[in-house]
Amino acid sequence: MAQPLLEVRDLRTHFELEDGVVKAVDGVSLTVRRGRTLAVVGESGCGKSVTARSILRLVEHPARIVGGQILLYGDQPSDDPLDLLAAKDKRLRQVRWSEIAMVFQEPMASLSLVHTIGDQIIEAIRLHGGVGKVEARHRAIEFLGRVGIPDPKRRVDSYPFELSGGMRQRAMIAMALSCRPRLLIADEPTTALDVTTQAQILDLLQDLQQELGMAIMLITHDLGVAAQVADEVAVMYLGEVVEHGPAASVLSEPKHPYTQALVRSVPRLGQRGQGRLAAVRGTVPPPYERPSGCRFHPRCDAFMAGKCDSTVPTRVRSDDTDVACLLYGEEER
Amino acid sequence: MLRYLARRLGWMVVTLAAISFVTFVVIKLPPGDYTSTVIANAEARGQAIPESQIAELKRHYGLDKPFLVQYWTWISGVVLHGDLGQSFAWNQSVASLIGNRVLLSIVLSIASLLFVWSIAFPIGIYSALRQYSPGDYLASFLGFIGMAVPEFMLALVMMYIGFRYFGQSVGGLFSPEYADAAWNLGKLLDLISHLWVPIVVVGVAGTASLIRITRANLLDELHKPYVATARAKGLPEWKLLLKYPVRMSLSPFFSTVGWLLPGLISGETIVSVVMSLPTSGPLLLSGVKSQDMYLVGSFVLILSALTVIGTMLSDLALAWWDPRIRHRLSKG
Repeated sequence: MAQPLLEVRDLRTHFELEDGVVKAVDGVSLTVRRGRTLAVVGESGCGKSVTARSILRLVEHPARIVGGQILLYGDQPSDDPLDLLAAKDKRLRQVRWSEIAMVFQEPMASLSLVHTIGDQIIEAIRLHGGVGKVEARHRAIEFLGRVGIPDPKRRVDSYPFELSGGMRQRAMIAMALSCRPRLLIADEPTTALDVTTQAQILDLLQDLQQELGMAIMLITHDLGVAAQVADEVAVMYLGEVVEHGPAASVLSEPKHPYTQALVRSVPRLGQRGQGRLAAVRGTVPPPYERPSGCRFHPRCDAFMAGKCDSTVPTRVRSDDTDVACLLYGEEER
Repeated sequence: MLRYLARRLGWMVVTLAAISFVTFVVIKLPPGDYTSTVIANAEARGQAIPESQIAELKRHYGLDKPFLVQYWTWISGVVLHGDLGQSFAWNQSVASLIGNRVLLSIVLSIASLLFVWSIAFPIGIYSALRQYSPGDYLASFLGFIGMAVPEFMLALVMMYIGFRYFGQSVGGLFSPEYADAAWNLGKLLDLISHLWVPIVVVGVAGTASLIRITRANLLDELHKPYVATARAKGLPEWKLLLKYPVRMSLSPFFSTVGWLLPGLISGETIVSVVMSLPTSGPLLLSGVKSQDMYLVGSFVLILSALTVIGTMLSDLALAWWDPRIRHRLSKG
C-alpha cells in the first residue's frame, strides 16, 4: 500500500453561532495516500466541504478549527511530517498551491471575473515558482492546453465569463495544477456541470493524476463519481468518518449500516420491478442536537437499544476497512 | 464601441434640448418676471416706477414677446454663437459672470473630493476588513454623526473655531487685503489657508457616506468564493484583498463618479452662502430669487450638460474598469 501523504487526525471545526455551537466537523480522521485518490462521500451538511477547507485553513468566521492535527508528509519517508494546523502563516502560504491545491465547486464564482484567466494562473506560478513573467505565461498556456482548452494561446487572455462552464472548470484545474502540487483537493468539482461535461472532467483529472503523479482528495455526494475514480473511500456522517477503506470493499460490501443505506439508495440501470428506490430512513438531525451514542442510531436499521444510544463507537478494523459501528470489533475489545 | 459612443452622443443632444426647454418653462412658471423684482426693489426704496418705464424695460429685455420667441432667442444664441445671454440684474454677460467664479468652485470641489477620497476609502476598507471591531464601530459612529450634522451648522462652528482660535477672517476664501489683489504667491497661500475650512465642511458629509458605501460594497465581496481561491493560492492576505475584493467593490463607485462633475460648478450652495465664498452656487441662488432668467437658464443648462457628460464618462470609466461591462458593450 502506498505511503500516506496527508493524514487528518481527529479534526474538529466548529461554527460558533449566536444560537449555539454547530459541530460541523467533529473528530474527522482520514488518510490520503501518495498518488492515489480518496473520495470523501456523504450527504449535504455532513461536513465534507468544511473538512476540505480546514486542511488549508481556509475556514472563515464564524467557523473555527478547534482541534486535531493535519499532517503533511515530506518526499522522504524519513522526513518529519508538517502539522498544517500548527504551522506558521508564512509556512502555510508556501504549502498552499505549491503542495496542496484546490478546485472548488462553482467555477464561475471561484474565479475572479475581472481578471483574465492567464492573470490568475500566472500569479500562482510566479508566487511559488520564482519565474519571470514570460516563463510563467508560457507555463500557463502549456497547462491550459493540457487540460484540453482549445487555442490556449488566445484563451489565456480570456475572462472567465467568456468561457462555458466546463471550460471554466478546466481553467480552474489548470490553475490548480500549474504549480505541480502533490495533492489536489477537488471540492465537488463536477456538481455544477452537466453529466457529459462531468464525465470529461473526471477523465481529465484521472489522466492528469497519472501524468503528474499527484494524489487527489475528491469531495462528492455522488457515489457513482466515487466509484468511477476513487482508490479509497471515506464515508462521512454528521461531522465524522464512519467508514474508511478501499473503494472496492466500501462500495461493494459496505460494513457500516449508513454506507449500506447510501449504496442501496443509488439507482442502477437494468434494475427493475423492485418498487420504490430505497432512501436512507429519516432525516439528518438538527445541527444543534447531536444524537447520543452512535450519531446514526435514530436512522439505523440495525439499532440495538441500550447500546447504540449510549455508547460512542470507536473506529475498528474489519477486514481491510475501518468502521465506526458497534456491530463490529467485539472480539478485539 | 464607436457605434455605442455615437449613439450615446446623439441621445445626449436630444436630452439637453429637452432639458433646456423644460428649464425655460420652469423659469417662466412663477408669476411675474424680472420687472417684478425691479418694481419691488423700487417700492422698497419708497419710489414708484411709472407704467411706461416698465413697458420700456419689458421691451428692452424682450419680455413682451411670446414665450416661444423668447426661448428661441436664447437657445439659438447659445447654440449658434455660444452666447449665454445677459444677466438683467448684473447687467453683464452670463458667461463673464459665471466664468469668474467657476475656477474657485472647481478648486474647492476638487480639493474636497481629494479630501473625501483620501480619508473615506482607507477607513471604509478598514471598517469592512475589521467588521464589528472597535475601530469599525468608531468609524460607523463618527460616520453617522458626519451624515447627520447639517452642513450650514458645521460651517458656522468651523468659522467660529477658525476665528476664535486661529485668528482667521470670518468667511470668504481670501483675507480682506488679498480679496481684490492680483494673483501672486501670497494670495495663493492665503487661499490655501482659508480653503481648509470649506473643504472640511463640504467634505464631512461626503466622507461619511462614502465610508458607509465602501464598507457595504466590500463586505458584499469579502466572502465570495474567488477570495477563498486567492487565499488557497497562498497569496499574502493584504495583497489578495487589494487585488480581488477591493477591486471588485469599486465598481459601484465608478458608476457614480461622473455625477461629481455637475457638483464641481454648483458646489455646495448653502455652505458657500453661509461662508460667503465667491463660488458659483450663491450666484445661482440670487439669480433664482430675482427671476434673472437667462442667468438661471444658462446655469441649469451648464449643470445639465455636465451631468449628461459626467454620466457618459462614468459609463466609459466603468467599461474601462470592469471587463464584463466592456464585453457587453462590444456586443452592442
